[in-house]
Amino acid sequence: MDFKDSPDEASYRAQVRAWLAEHAPGHELPRDRDASEDELVALARRWQAAKAAAGYVGITWRKDVGGQGGTPLQSVIFQQEEARYRVSNVPFAVTMGMCVPTIYTYLTPERALPMVRRAVDGEQIWCQLFSEPAAGSDLAGIRTRAQRDGSDWVINGQKVWTSYAHRSDYGILLVRTDPGVVKHKGLTMFYLDMKTPGVDIRPIRTLPGEAEFNEVFLTDVRIPDSQRLGNVGEGWKVSLTTLSHERMAITKPADAPGVDELIALMQALPGESGGTQVDDPSVRDAIARFYVNDMGLELLRMRAQTALSKGQAPGPEAAIGKLVMAKTRQDIGAFALDRLEQAGIAETDDLRIKPFRYFYWWAPGLRIAGGTDEILRNIIAERVLGLPGDLRLDKDLPFNQIK
Amino acid sequence: MNFLLSDDQTEVQSAVRRYFDKALPSSRLHRCFDAEAGFDTELWRGFAQIGVTAIALPEDHGGLGLKLIDLALVAEAVGAAAAPVPFLGHALASLAIAWAGSEEQKSRWLPALAEGSVLATIAFADAGGWQPEQWSLASADRLLGSKRHVFAADVADLIVVGLAGGELAVIERNAAGLVVADEGGIDRTRRLFTLTLEGTPAERLPEGAVQSARLRDAALVLLAADAYGGAKRCLDLAVEYAKTRQQFGQVIGRFQALKHQLANMAVEIEPARGLYWFAAYAFDDVQDRAAHSAALAKAHLTDRALQLARDAVEAHGGIGYTWEYELHIWLKRAMLDYAWLGAPQEHRARAADLAGW
Repeated sequence: MDFKDSPDEASYRAQVRAWLAEHAPGHELPRDRDASEDELVALARRWQAAKAAAGYVGITWRKDVGGQGGTPLQSVIFQQEEARYRVSNVPFAVTMGMCVPTIYTYLTPERALPMVRRAVDGEQIWCQLFSEPAAGSDLAGIRTRAQRDGSDWVINGQKVWTSYAHRSDYGILLVRTDPGVVKHKGLTMFYLDMKTPGVDIRPIRTLPGEAEFNEVFLTDVRIPDSQRLGNVGEGWKVSLTTLSHERMAITKPADAPGVDELIALMQALPGESGGTQVDDPSVRDAIARFYVNDMGLELLRMRAQTALSKGQAPGPEAAIGKLVMAKTRQDIGAFALDRLEQAGIAETDDLRIKPFRYFYWWAPGLRIAGGTDEILRNIIAERVLGLPGDLRLDKDLPFNQIK
Repeated sequence: MNFLLSDDQTEVQSAVRRYFDKALPSSRLHRCFDAEAGFDTELWRGFAQIGVTAIALPEDHGGLGLKLIDLALVAEAVGAAAAPVPFLGHALASLAIAWAGSEEQKSRWLPALAEGSVLATIAFADAGGWQPEQWSLASADRLLGSKRHVFAADVADLIVVGLAGGELAVIERNAAGLVVADEGGIDRTRRLFTLTLEGTPAERLPEGAVQSARLRDAALVLLAADAYGGAKRCLDLAVEYAKTRQQFGQVIGRFQALKHQLANMAVEIEPARGLYWFAAYAFDDVQDRAAHSAALAKAHLTDRALQLARDAVEAHGGIGYTWEYELHIWLKRAMLDYAWLGAPQEHRARAADLAGW
């Protein structure tokens, strides 16, 4: 057991640190106000381009598809160091975390490379067109239809919860090509130019009041067969490639308030019997609980990373980590709001307070995205504890006979 | 970075597991739990023969010179087996002598302690409290007062006692004026005793005041490890039961209500394992985080482990409520791990103080 970097890791970290110290400060989000979405996206594009030029994007991807051919630990080291700065990566989270790895897995390097490059350089954003109004947790129940027409496919249907669709150049799209077979078998994956006629993107205003997500209506959208990813009928398998990257990609957002911010807030609030809130034993107890929770998660992640660096398959850590992380963010927000009393319900510009309320509202989304808490509990129960699977009444029925 | 066990470490832990799998079937565990006296000499001898009593003692006194993590891995295996062996007290008393004893004291006691042929235990709590800073028993050549909640004091050859000012001293078996009374502790795999000292001769360990806080930190890590082992076992028992028990024409483990309850238990305990690993690692290699990590590991793991034992009883239904089934033994061990050396809130408060906010 050893938490120190190996000589190679240490020299990589030193190189990353020096580079970030020089370049990251110029790309940070404003600290004294909320950034607009335009600003956020512009900053993210510039930051992505700067990182790409220095070889810090796609660190673990193969070189022949535009990656750096680096190790998982190098990628972790870069993330750790980058997290010290308030830089904007959110607009590229789905692009880099899910879409690009799917593209280069299923296209030839010659075809993938130009597309990967444009994403890596911050020019193009990708989205993931998976969920539908009638297919959330039960993703294999999607209804969007693709029908063959010569060398094209014609798509009709509706997607929902598509992050950054309104900013995206391309999307990866899961559709049903054969309703006459069981639901997992009749799916196929494509990639789609979001400017294609028939693609209608409408924003969804979410609980915190923003519009990061969209509904995407697809009406007679024509996609050439050359944009198919994987074989016809194997879309489910392809989607698992994408989703396996998704949960690993979900980490605590850089600007989510944590234990340090909670301590600072408690130190700023007057206590009931003199001093500040942080002198209150029950507050100290609660903060220590949040701290140890985060510490447990961090150590769980380190265990997974060690396993990964030794070539072992990542275990159930991703499901457990995401479950605990999302809930903890909500609980920290709730605790801070509790202590603020009326400040929790009134509008405020106090930047010590705002993030706690924002993430209290944002966390419910995090508890759904990439597998709801309940689905993750099923995964843990079935794949970690080996308990029997849920009853699935539609499992053996052709999709078009499911009532 | 490398945050996994080495092959050697995995092997030590497996050796302990194999030993208890063979030597401690359920029938023997129940027999020990129900017996008048709590010490199973034969079980202890076999356990000591694996070499576990030598692990963290210095090599020049018959030890293996390993680290706290190695000792903690044994504690986890002991907790998983609910083994009625006086490991915790013996390991801590041996460390006390190794760290605070004079060269002469070390040469006199450590080889036999490393071998396990002499049994030792440790007396932390007294009227002042559990922590070295709180100990109130006055230091003297002949001790007058009492210590509480001491493991295996009825059979121990040596008892290391904590004294006011964080001092440490050794009392030998059958010392004059030493009265050992069974407290009727709920965890009958680790019986507790009160020592009454009526002018009892004691031999001071010269470095006691310097080492006792560190000894407490080591104890916190070992308790956390024991709690993890017990909690994991409770989860395993509950999962096993859910896979075999049938109701409404199917195994109950197919019902989502129970699956989610069991998944929650896994979610509680899986990230907690790293906390005791890290606390043990910090104890030897990151001094400025050692005390803080040990306090948090003990607080969090014993707190969650007790909750897990309660959840496991619930998940078992009626059988978990019987004396005949062994789950209650782990519940009672979890209660001891929670309370011994101070409850979780005490250590969370200490951690907050140590972190300086």
